[in-house]
Amino acid sequence: MPEPLLTLSGVHTHIGQYHILQGVDLVVPRGELSVLLGRNGAGKTTTLRTIMGLWKASAGSITFDGQDITKLATPDIARLGIAYVPESMAVFSDLTVRENLHLAARNGPMDQARVDWIFGFFPALKKFWNYPAGNLSGGQKQMVAIARAIVEPRKLLLVDEPTKGLAPSIVQSLIAAFRELKELETTILLVEQNFNFVRSLGDTVSVMDDGRVAHAGSMAALAGDDELQQRLLGLSLASHQ
Amino acid sequence: MSASLPLASTDTPLPAAKRDIAPLLLIPVLALLMLPLVGSFPTWVTLTVAGLAMGMMIFIMASGLTLVFGLMDVLNFGHGAFVSVGAFAATLVLLPMRGWLEADSLLLNLGVLGLAVTLAMVVTALLGWAFERIIIMPVYGQHLKQILITMGGMIVAEQLINVIWGAETIPLPLPTSLRGAIFLGDAAIEKYRLLAVVVGLVVFAVLFLTLNRTKIGLLIRAGVENRDMVESLGYRIRRLFVAVFAAGSALAGLGGVMWGLYKETLSAAMGSETIVMIFIVIIIGGLGSVGGCFIGALLMALVANYAGFLAPKFALVSNIALMIAVLMWRPAGLYSKSRG
Amino acid sequence: MTRLLSGDLPRSRILALVLLLIFLGLAFAPFLTSGARPLNTGATICVYVVLVASYDLLLGYTGIVSFAHTMFYGIGAYGIGLGLSSVDEPTWTAALTGLGLALLLALVLALVVGLFALRVRAIFYAMITLAVASSFAVLASQLSDFTGGEDGKTFSVPEVLSPGFTLVETEVFGRSIDGKFLTYYLVFFGCLALFLFLLRLVNSPFGRVLQAIRENEFRAEALGYRTVVYRIWANCLAALVAALAGALMALWLRYVGPKTSLGFEVMTDILLIVVIGGMGTMYGAVVGAALFILAQNYLKELMAHGSAAMEGVPLLAAALHPDRWMLWLGVLFVLSIYFFPIGIVGKLRLRSYLARR
Repeated sequence: MPEPLLTLSGVHTHIGQYHILQGVDLVVPRGELSVLLGRNGAGKTTTLRTIMGLWKASAGSITFDGQDITKLATPDIARLGIAYVPESMAVFSDLTVRENLHLAARNGPMDQARVDWIFGFFPALKKFWNYPAGNLSGGQKQMVAIARAIVEPRKLLLVDEPTKGLAPSIVQSLIAAFRELKELETTILLVEQNFNFVRSLGDTVSVMDDGRVAHAGSMAALAGDDELQQRLLGLSLASHQ
Repeated sequence: MSASLPLASTDTPLPAAKRDIAPLLLIPVLALLMLPLVGSFPTWVTLTVAGLAMGMMIFIMASGLTLVFGLMDVLNFGHGAFVSVGAFAATLVLLPMRGWLEADSLLLNLGVLGLAVTLAMVVTALLGWAFERIIIMPVYGQHLKQILITMGGMIVAEQLINVIWGAETIPLPLPTSLRGAIFLGDAAIEKYRLLAVVVGLVVFAVLFLTLNRTKIGLLIRAGVENRDMVESLGYRIRRLFVAVFAAGSALAGLGGVMWGLYKETLSAAMGSETIVMIFIVIIIGGLGSVGGCFIGALLMALVANYAGFLAPKFALVSNIALMIAVLMWRPAGLYSKSRG
Repeated sequence: MTRLLSGDLPRSRILALVLLLIFLGLAFAPFLTSGARPLNTGATICVYVVLVASYDLLLGYTGIVSFAHTMFYGIGAYGIGLGLSSVDEPTWTAALTGLGLALLLALVLALVVGLFALRVRAIFYAMITLAVASSFAVLASQLSDFTGGEDGKTFSVPEVLSPGFTLVETEVFGRSIDGKFLTYYLVFFGCLALFLFLLRLVNSPFGRVLQAIRENEFRAEALGYRTVVYRIWANCLAALVAALAGALMALWLRYVGPKTSLGFEVMTDILLIVVIGGMGTMYGAVVGAALFILAQNYLKELMAHGSAAMEGVPLLAAALHPDRWMLWLGVLFVLSIYFFPIGIVGKLRLRSYLARR
């Protein structure tokens, strides 16, 4: 079994006086799509932000590709090959779609083949290429946010609730995109509340509650075990339709 | 699986790329409205040029501050110090080289001005760099302390100017070839004001092109909106901060030199005297927006000049009145770049 | 005693001693000193204590940075000044009418500025108050027919307070009970009352809500407090107290002018005192004001000596010149924000607290 790409060990995060992460142990295997489930306030977003260095872990360690990144600064973490798609999408409204992607393409001019591939999932981006990203709809902004994360190959994608508030048709585009990314050996850590969205996509699943990982295992096992789902349902594996 | 559902976006018509030009139109509209009120065309021309010139100078002084605030979320209440220091630093060139100033040659005059401005900008850039590292960096993110400490810094800077250059005001006559006015028919346009307008437009063009056509500009524009995301994309944006701060200080220095020549007198307090106008301008323009700052500065100066002619008593409060009016229309300023 | 101080005790023996000294010094100043200057220093300290304490209400307790405070101070001063100078015979009616109008103006302005600007970010508010205050100052110096312009106005005070008046013929402890004497005690007791009022205010439930807002506005809102309303109240109260302080000062000086009441220098003085004394303590205003005014009056002499001694050395002589008082103050100010953020009172209380553990 190859080494996991990302490992969190006993990670604690404090925000001001609030103790949000209370000893998170998380393993993200290489090349797989790992899902992080849990209800609001469980600490999922905080976990992603801590991995990304936007919030500093007060205890514990985070290892990426064999390297300890717990104390690194955010830009350095990003440069190791981690891309982050936040819950708020954080699309730069004043910049055009092209400029948004251009900024994300650190290693030189954008690869046209790659861009065409992205257009394949998200035709809207081609249409609005030179428009300020602020003019786009919520779903289109989500496309921009994800496109930014994949405009260059990255080792790990951290994606926070991409389907929130999106139309089903766009959700389909996302599923297709994630599937293809998996085939390209990209590792994905996906935070979601919508279990039905991820049950066919995810390989591994971790369920968080109260700042800790309450359950970790394969998605297949969870998807097939109604009783387990019921039990963890107390932790609200909500099925947003 | 609803593979048959078309992706909504391919069917909807393209929305027009919204370009918010309403604020931009304010200036020509205002100017034209004032024409019948002023009555005489030549006077109107003089007032308008005076307003544009003054506006350009204030824009130059304020542009650095609005960028610093937008990008670094630092409000530098000591920005006026760079205005004063720039002006005084220029005297280090202008006074010894008085001959060039007094010569009736545009070339020599512009030459010595160019040298003076270069020195002023270098000095203020260095001062800005030091100011940022020593005074501001320790209080990132603490707005209250920033306000207090930068004010303190400005007081110290002004007093140091008094120590080094003495406490009296220093007269600064305009270069010979820039004195007086050229005449368009009956309208008198002061030469120096014309120069100020040209310089202002050049500065605006440089800023605009940098922000919109270069990668650094891209980083700044993105950083103004969301610093965390820019870092998450792998850019060490904090290194950019100091550079932007120094550049902003240099611009303030340039503005200071021009303002000093405009008033033909320098005093250590000129920074704190202009800081109120600078604040009003960046509030009107919207914190973080260079375009807004440009329009705001021109608006304020034009209104002040027209009011000074038409209703002198009102002119005393025209700046505040304009600010209130703009904020009523757009509470975050003309172009708001505020982060969510 | 605890009741009088509204439960806000010094909590530090050194501080209590210092405060007692200052109080006694001010209370008995006419008897302890002779001559105009020390008494003037005393009256100035009294007024500044109240002025800075009212600012502390805004800054230290509510967390609002405002540059309009001197404007309210000036309004109060001009209220008295214009009231008394507009009549031939200075009467209490004239003075009180002027003061009443001034208080009304201050209240209205505080309300307007508050309603308009307290909804916006703190930075905006700070800048807007700066703009408003400086416009006001410009108005005051330009509308010279009304306000006396740059030179201000001197005026006579009601008879009881005028220097020529004597209350009783005999001298008490060697001091004559004249108008100056009475004015001093008017100022002293007026300021004492205002200070105790502020102390009561910040230790009341209202004051606690203000502090909650300062700490975490979101939470305060979530708890059901309409923060905007509270901040406007704080703004108005601070403005009124500042105006009253200005009125007392005007009565003492028998003069109002833009430089003494509305200048930026007064604002910076207030900021310096509140930071060095200790924000959010009220007592910081007392200690800070006393130190500051004393230093301002007597340290400048020291500087003059120093400057003369450094005659030959070019920059040093200029730096020690008494006019450069602000330079050293500015340096002290910047240093205290770094190294002394809790101010003198904060430091004293901390030491006492640590010593008791």
